[in-house]
Amino acid sequence: MNLDGLQIADHLFRREAGRMVSSLVRVLGMRHLALAEDAVQDALVRALETWKFGRMAENPAAWLMRAARNRAIDLLRRQAHLDHLAPQMILALETAHAESGPDGGEHAIADDELRLMFSCCDPELTRPAQVAVILKYLCGFSVREIAQAFLSSEVAVEKQLFRSRRALEARGELLEVRDADQVRARLPAVRNAIYLLFNEGYHGAHPQHVVREDLCYEAMRLGALLSDLPAAAVPETHALLALFCFLAARLAARVDDDGNLLLLADQDRRRWDRGLIEEGLRRLDLSARGEVLTAWHVEAAIAARHAAAGTFEATDWTSIRELYDVLLQLRPTPVVALNRAIAVGMAEGPEAGLKALADIDDRERLVRYPFFPAAMAEFELRAGRTERAAELLRAALTLARNHAEEDVLKRKLEACIDGRSA
Amino acid sequence: MAAFMLIFRNSNPLERSPEQMQQDMQKWIAWFDGLTKAGVYKGQAAPLEPAGKVVRGSRKTVSDGPYAEAKDLVGGYAIVEAKDLEAAVEVARGCPAYERDGVVEVRPVRVM
Repeated sequence: MNLDGLQIADHLFRREAGRMVSSLVRVLGMRHLALAEDAVQDALVRALETWKFGRMAENPAAWLMRAARNRAIDLLRRQAHLDHLAPQMILALETAHAESGPDGGEHAIADDELRLMFSCCDPELTRPAQVAVILKYLCGFSVREIAQAFLSSEVAVEKQLFRSRRALEARGELLEVRDADQVRARLPAVRNAIYLLFNEGYHGAHPQHVVREDLCYEAMRLGALLSDLPAAAVPETHALLALFCFLAARLAARVDDDGNLLLLADQDRRRWDRGLIEEGLRRLDLSARGEVLTAWHVEAAIAARHAAAGTFEATDWTSIRELYDVLLQLRPTPVVALNRAIAVGMAEGPEAGLKALADIDDRERLVRYPFFPAAMAEFELRAGRTERAAELLRAALTLARNHAEEDVLKRKLEACIDGRSA
Repeated sequence: MAAFMLIFRNSNPLERSPEQMQQDMQKWIAWFDGLTKAGVYKGQAAPLEPAGKVVRGSRKTVSDGPYAEAKDLVGGYAIVEAKDLEAAVEVARGCPAYERDGVVEVRPVRVM
């Protein structure tokens, strides 16, 4: 015990929860996922009730892991009459204990987390369900926190997690991440889940941005873990991580001091995280060492162009426009088409932009998307047609999905009416 | 100055997320930290294990567990110094326990 141990790392409990569940499940098998979860919850309560008196263990992570294993042993003893394998598992937990040593077995735990991560991306689970179980078991999120992050009800999340847990428990075995073939087969699903997780945090229409940023950082942590696994450290994985780095670099600049959402054009670029941009460039470089070109590669390259521009005016729109041409081939969605049209307008002038917007193939799918009329308004304004721009912004306002979007559009409308360029 | 024992009766056993638990813990640590800096608290405190034994009667019967409902269970104690009971109650009012329906009992330690 340490008297000065009043400093505690951010999200320590949450992070350790995921690590402990992973480690217990490796020893006990997937069929004991629920037991592992209970043991971890009890270990955290025990830590809280002990450490709150102002003295933390010198190595909190190792203390927690020991408490979770002991609790799991207790729970197994209680059900020993139902489970003839219980004595074996108790022995395995005691051995794991002895083997992990004083540092808690850092390296082994990373492998445990990867095993659980790959196992959670089970083809029997839908993609959103995969993300939910990852948040629950690997990231230590509660049902309520997951519901908040996905703007879903707690009951719905609870049900989904219950079904998913049953499916995972039925699998019994964990996916072996030291087997390169197994890793390669499931890698796309794992990357997709991590991408969805990040996206939900970055683009999800959620008013509480704090919860959302946490999702981004969790996705980045899992992504970094993934890229430490040799069979997973392939160009596509690096491309995904590069994209995360460039986007996350802007997180702090996305809201102003009053909590208003700021669009790319209005952000204070001095607040962009240089360290993350550097890391993004390093990952982008690693992503280019192969034959494959994925949408993530292109998205990361676009984000890198933005990161390279000292001001919005200095943006290299011509090359961004070219990259969007490629992205539209790889991912032909209306939103990509919209962003491409904006790049066209920025590179070639407002009339070209308006034409590109009008030419979007399935533009009827954008009718409920506020940034479609907002983009038109921007180009009308740049073309000097203020009245028309204001009209479009009013239309955009009626489509806003949350207060943050509403505020952004209101400010644009006010600036438009005042005759300033927004 | 007199000594007072703050007895912490169990807080809300409702399920909390790991993040909430950490935040709760940090509030408690900050509270004790503040009391230490104010010279009110000298490090005399301890959590109590929930499970134990009770010995009772002339036959010294031993039974399991503390003599309390789960919600009244004593989770720990701390000794603080204060001018009088009122001041000690003021100290107890600053405790983060109430956010989780916790109860703090303030008892003057009798001088022998």
